[in-house]
Amino acid sequence: MTATLKRLPLHEIHVQARAHIGAFGDWEVPLYFTSILEEHEAVRTRAGLFDISHMGEFFISGKSARGFLDFLLPRKIDRLKDGKALYEPLLNEQGGIVDDLIVYQLKPEKYLLIVNAANIEKDFGWIHSHVPSGVELENVSEEKFLFALQGPRTLSIAEAIFHCDFRSLGYYHFLNLKTQWGELFVSRTGYTGEDGFEIMGEMSAAEGVWKTVIQAGQSSHLIPIGFGARDTLRLEAGMLLYGQDMDDTTSAVEAGLEWALDLEKPNFIGRERNSQEKQKGATRRLVGFEMLGRGIPRHGFPVEKGGRSLGVVTSGSFAPSLKKNIGLAYVPSADSKIGNEVEIAIRSEKVKAQIVKLPFYKRSHAIS
Amino acid sequence: MQFPEELRYTQTHEWAKREGNRIRVGITEYAQHEISDVVFIELPKSNAQGVKGKGIAVVESVKAAFDIYAPVSGAVVKVNSALESNPALVNEDPYGRGWFFEIEMKDTAEWDTLLQAEAYKNQCTTTH
Repeated sequence: MTATLKRLPLHEIHVQARAHIGAFGDWEVPLYFTSILEEHEAVRTRAGLFDISHMGEFFISGKSARGFLDFLLPRKIDRLKDGKALYEPLLNEQGGIVDDLIVYQLKPEKYLLIVNAANIEKDFGWIHSHVPSGVELENVSEEKFLFALQGPRTLSIAEAIFHCDFRSLGYYHFLNLKTQWGELFVSRTGYTGEDGFEIMGEMSAAEGVWKTVIQAGQSSHLIPIGFGARDTLRLEAGMLLYGQDMDDTTSAVEAGLEWALDLEKPNFIGRERNSQEKQKGATRRLVGFEMLGRGIPRHGFPVEKGGRSLGVVTSGSFAPSLKKNIGLAYVPSADSKIGNEVEIAIRSEKVKAQIVKLPFYKRSHAIS
Repeated sequence: MQFPEELRYTQTHEWAKREGNRIRVGITEYAQHEISDVVFIELPKSNAQGVKGKGIAVVESVKAAFDIYAPVSGAVVKVNSALESNPALVNEDPYGRGWFFEIEMKDTAEWDTLLQAEAYKNQCTTTH
């Protein structure tokens, strides 16, 4: 384990801001700056800024790009128009999940894909192996920064910085802005369950944009947020983490991503298994649960019921906004009903838990 | 960072305070700072037998669980159940209200195997 970890472009700035650095996959990232609980609270009640420049970015362009994406991805391409984005699983032939991503339509012949850092090479290889003539695939991950500005006060912060109307920018829509930092993509997306934006631009502009947002957010008590709170925020919001809550072997239906499939579309990669599971039911399902007894469920802990093994916890944590211990796990469909009581094996004990509806946390004011 | 002189320490960041044959155990200020927000404590079971150097309790941060090791061998005679409802006491007052449990020492000679404040402090400052 001596392989050198990759660093974010603003690593030194985070260290100067007293970030506690730790490993996340192949990356060395800020785990927290002040504390996970403080940062979690800041995003739920005020505003936070995340450096997620480890994420991957691909451009897919060309005359046949639109038709290609309609085959590559499970949602109908008609859902996309200029300035619109979609969350989608990228499926393999067996219906398993290669990755989960966001696709953005820049123009009818040019699209941006934002993918998970750990999957950049795998995704690129997978997509490349399907690219027809007339479509160009480009990996620009090392040239782009990506920040997430998240929390209920971020709308006014974004407007103060960019002087444009974000109020009318719908969820999963984006603007392509010409700014003093060059071209920036600002989308109304995120991984926290709060209102917010994700900002992508050229690496050379990263420092300028980061410092400007920190400065502009001061009066709103914005703080930088590490990867620790990113994980608790997304888990409370019922959002999945690739590699933990889903992988190449789990189907989209099993993972609860049915809503991100247009199964009436006749032909796309991975349709068959997911379509069958939709009709006949999958053998297992990803469920959310909360602990009834004392203990924090963690990744890999067994889930049981009356001595019968049901599955394992894929994500688990103390949920700071709920003051409960929660988790996600795959269990047989027959055991996946809301309200069903199960047991989590925590060290030497079997602790009671109950299956609950996802998401665990929902903000009170939705974005228009 | 405090390293009270009257306490003894372990390499695994527990502190021990002696009263007669009984020792009170907690985790050091350095340890709570490294762990960050403590959100869960699993205290020893009543009548648990501590074995020097073996796990006897658990402290959990948002991200991970850490074992607490018995600094000496002996029966657990008291636990700080206030930590179950307020685990943040470990961060707020690690040497006071954040104590974990008390052990009746089986062999008082084990007390002298524990580190003095100076030695423990050196360990923390050289590893960090």
